[in-house]
This record gives sequence, structure tokens and C-alpha cells, in this order.
Amino acid sequence: MAKLTREDVLKLARLARLDLTDEEIEEFSGELSEILQYVEQLQKVDVTGLKPTNQVTGLTNVTRDDEVIDYGYAVGDLLENVPATKDNQIKVKRMLA
Amino acid sequence: MASQWPPVAELAAGVRAGELKAADLVERSLKTITDKKDYDAIIATIEVRARERARTIDERVAKGEKVGRLAGVPFIAKDNFLVFGAETTAASNILRGFEAPYQATAVERLEAEGAICVAKANLDAFAHGASTENSDFFTTKNPHDKTRVPGGSSGGSAAAVVLDMAPFAIGTDTGGSIRQPASFSGCVGYKPTYGLISRSGVVAMGSSLDVIGPLTRSVEDAALVLDVMAARDHLDSTTIDRDAAGYAALPDDLTGKKIGVIKEYFGEALEPAVKKVVDDAVVKIKQAGAEVAEISLPSLPMALAVYYILCPAEVSSNLSRYDGQRYGYTDQDAKDMDESYTGSRGRGFGKEAKRRIMIGTYVLSSGYYDAYYKRAQTVRTKLINEFNEAFRKVDFLLGPVAPTPAFKIGENTDDPLKMYLSDIMTVGTNLTGVPGISLPAGMAENLPVGLQLMAPQKADRALLGFARQTEALIT
Repeated sequence: MAKLTREDVLKLARLARLDLTDEEIEEFSGELSEILQYVEQLQKVDVTGLKPTNQVTGLTNVTRDDEVIDYGYAVGDLLENVPATKDNQIKVKRMLA
Repeated sequence: MASQWPPVAELAAGVRAGELKAADLVERSLKTITDKKDYDAIIATIEVRARERARTIDERVAKGEKVGRLAGVPFIAKDNFLVFGAETTAASNILRGFEAPYQATAVERLEAEGAICVAKANLDAFAHGASTENSDFFTTKNPHDKTRVPGGSSGGSAAAVVLDMAPFAIGTDTGGSIRQPASFSGCVGYKPTYGLISRSGVVAMGSSLDVIGPLTRSVEDAALVLDVMAARDHLDSTTIDRDAAGYAALPDDLTGKKIGVIKEYFGEALEPAVKKVVDDAVVKIKQAGAEVAEISLPSLPMALAVYYILCPAEVSSNLSRYDGQRYGYTDQDAKDMDESYTGSRGRGFGKEAKRRIMIGTYVLSSGYYDAYYKRAQTVRTKLINEFNEAFRKVDFLLGPVAPTPAFKIGENTDDPLKMYLSDIMTVGTNLTGVPGISLPAGMAENLPVGLQLMAPQKADRALLGFARQTEALIT
């Protein structure tokens, strides 16, 4: 793995929707390269015949009856933390130019 | 240090009998929190609601009503649990001001038995860290040495218990976040089998790894608190069935039990003073009648690399919900939706959260997914197989919790990789889903050192029984 360039870091930040400062971009390109270098030791492990593990409980298809459960929440309570609302809806910024 | 708190069961019995007042216990907790404010263990207290609950419990006792197994016992929740009566911030700026509209199932279950949440404890923001230095607010000080960290990420919870701020605390453990601070600060820290306690209402970090557990002053207290919290929950589809025998009454015979001492944890990274504490404990366990043998888990040295792929991958996914639209910090100056996302997240998240989101995004991105993420998942399988193999030979595994005692504040903050190495002896249990416990085992240069014990998945009851026997031998 080569060192992450400034462009690589910017591309990742774009994918993750993160605004980074110039200082952070600089720092991350060094640090992330170092971390990725550390995890590269896994390439040497022999995993012949092994399948990936997604979860460890062994549970499959956990379902419950399809019925309404009343938790007693009022719409207003659930919207209390929303930065901007209008008519009981979440108000967001313009999406299309 | 002698504790002002008797065992949790004794406190609750006193309240039920009317010999102790829940109101007095809450005041004692709140006063200790104020008196020991300079340790920065607490983000917020829950005074109004705690006093109200205490009054109700005392009134119900007076009327002869049933008040529960934890009646009137104050506790402290890590600030990534949704709790009424205070903000839930996960020690992050992006969640500053957030007031939970519902409570975590674990908290609801504790309250149903009469426990009273008095405060929210500090942590590394979003539980990303091993020292509380990644808290967006402040760093908690180690109860034994204020120039050192309490461990993390549940560092506030561990310090609060050791400082007597409450009889018990609850935390979360994704890669060692209950056990490592328990070791650094000097209390019991229990990480149950994955799935035993519902995570509904707890800020998610790494969903295939996260568990909830108690931090206490004894194994008996940990077992009781676990017994109250453990249950399947339809709000968390990853929850498993609890042991039919419960966790409060524990088996107590060490004779003939086989203990495997994990070879890979005794390499050169292990500080001699920590090694000595662990070696001494092993001698006592042997003398008590257990069979002790060295056991090797050859892939264990790879566990940290597996963890630092899978954990950031899951973090990047879980933290995508913090978008500045529905709750938490929002960038007011944004001109459009895209700027609102990038600005809210860019300025709301702290450095470690961003670092993990970036790593996670990288290992999940097309072209790198197979080489990193899938590879790590496959090595995880290899590790699980080795643990299974080991548990065919022994009943329990044993080792240190961390290679060192508590480090100095600031010592590892310039080097993220070095900070990650604090988790090297704890991540294995998270990756394999098995239970683990950290027990105070002794001191190294006036700093506490923990002993780690592990058992197969779902053998929590047996593990707690073994831990209680061991605790009696080493303290």
C-alpha cells in the first residue's frame, strides 16, 4: 500500500461527507497510511477454506408479530431535537440547484 | 481505599426494609460527585429526576409496596446510554444538547428494579478511545494518580465507581472499553457474551462488537446488575436468551476446573510489573485446586489488525446517521443540503471520529473491500475457530487486560496507532463474542492492575462463578 495522497484523503472525505481543514487533510494522509500499513499484516494469514464472519450470535431471521406497539410518544416529543421543523416535518436545505 | 458503599444487594435490602432511605443514598451519591468534581468523571448529574424517583421509592416502601431488587440504589450511566433527565452527548460536540425521547432498555430494566440513575459519565467521544482523552469535553483523571488516564472508553464510569460516586456504573465494550478502564482504575469490569443485554437506546459504535456491561466493586455486584439487565428485547434483534439459572446465584467450586493461560499475551510488550501481578494470581488459582496450563491462540496477535478494520468500517456506517438534519449540531451557514451534511459532520465530529470514519470508508470502498474488510472478516473466522478449539481443552482462559498500567495523560495522544495498541489484549473477546471480565488483581508501582478471565459464549454464569472464586483468592 502506497502512502495516501492528499487527493486520496479528499476523495474519502467526499465519500464520507466530511468537511476537513487543510491541517486535518495533511495529518490524516500520514496517520491513515500508518494505520493501513499496520493492518496489512492480515494479507499474510492463511485463510484457505474459511468463510467471512458477519455476526457471532448464530441467530437468523429474527422476527416479531407484525402489530402496532404503542410506546406513548407524541410526535412533538420526537421532533424536539430537530434543528428546524415546519408543520410537524423536518425542514432541510435546498437539494437541487 | 475503603468504600463507603456496601454490596448492592445489601443496600437494596436495607431500602426495602425501610432501614435505609433511597433519598439518603441519592444525596450521598450526588455529594460525592460534587466533592470529587476535579476528577472530571461526570458530564452531567440527573438531580431532579433522581430525587423524585428516590422519594417515590421511599413512599412505596412506607406503603408496603414491592420496590425491586435494586431498590433505591444509585448508579451512573456512561453518556452513550439514552437516559431521561439529562442530555445524552456520547461526549461529542455533534450530540451536544440532545435530550433522549426514550430510554435505553438496559436503563429501563435497572429502573424497573428500583435503581436510580444519578449521573452521566465521561467517555472518549462515541466510545472511540482507550483513555477518555478523545472526549470532546475533558479528560477524566485516574483515581489513583491525577496525572494519568483512567482508561477508556468507559473511563468516567470506572473512575466514578472507584471514587465512590455510586455503588455501580454501566458502560459499553466494543474492543475493551469496560475491561481496560476497570484495570486502569481498579474496579471490576464485566463484558458479557455478545447479545446478552439489549443495546436499544445506546449510541452504536461497532454493531457486531458492541456489548453493555457493569462496572462494580465486586463480582457479586456485577452478577446482580447483569442478572437485572440481561434479557431478549424485541427492540434489539441481536439479543440472545439468558441463562435459565440466571446470574445472581453462582457456582463456586474451582476443583478440577481447567484454566488456559494465553501464551500470546506474555510477549515482550507486557510490562514486567503487570506480568508479576498476573503470575501471582495464577499461582493462587493453582493452589486452590484448578488445573492451569499454557495455551496458544496463534492468530491472536492479528486480532488488533482485524479489529482496526472491522470497527472503523462499522463506525463509518453507524455514524452516517449524524447528518445535522434530525438532531444534534447543524451547520447554520450551509447554503444547500450537501454543504449542510459536510459542514455539520466536519465541524460536529471530533478528530478520532473523523479518523475512524475515514478508515472505515476506505476499507469499505470499491477496490479495497475484498483486500481489507472481507479479509478481516475471514481472519475473524480463523480466530473464532481457535477460541473454540481452546475451549474444547480448557474451561476458562486467563491473561492480562492490558500490557501496562494506566499511562500518563498526553503520553499517547500524538500517535493514534500507539493508542490503539492499548486494546491489544481485549479485542479478541469482542471479535469472538465470548464473555470477559477484568478483576483488580494487585498494584504495579501504586497503580491498579487487572486480571482478565474469559469463557466460551453463553458461559457467563460459569465465568462469574470462577471470577468470584478468583477474587476471593487475590484480594
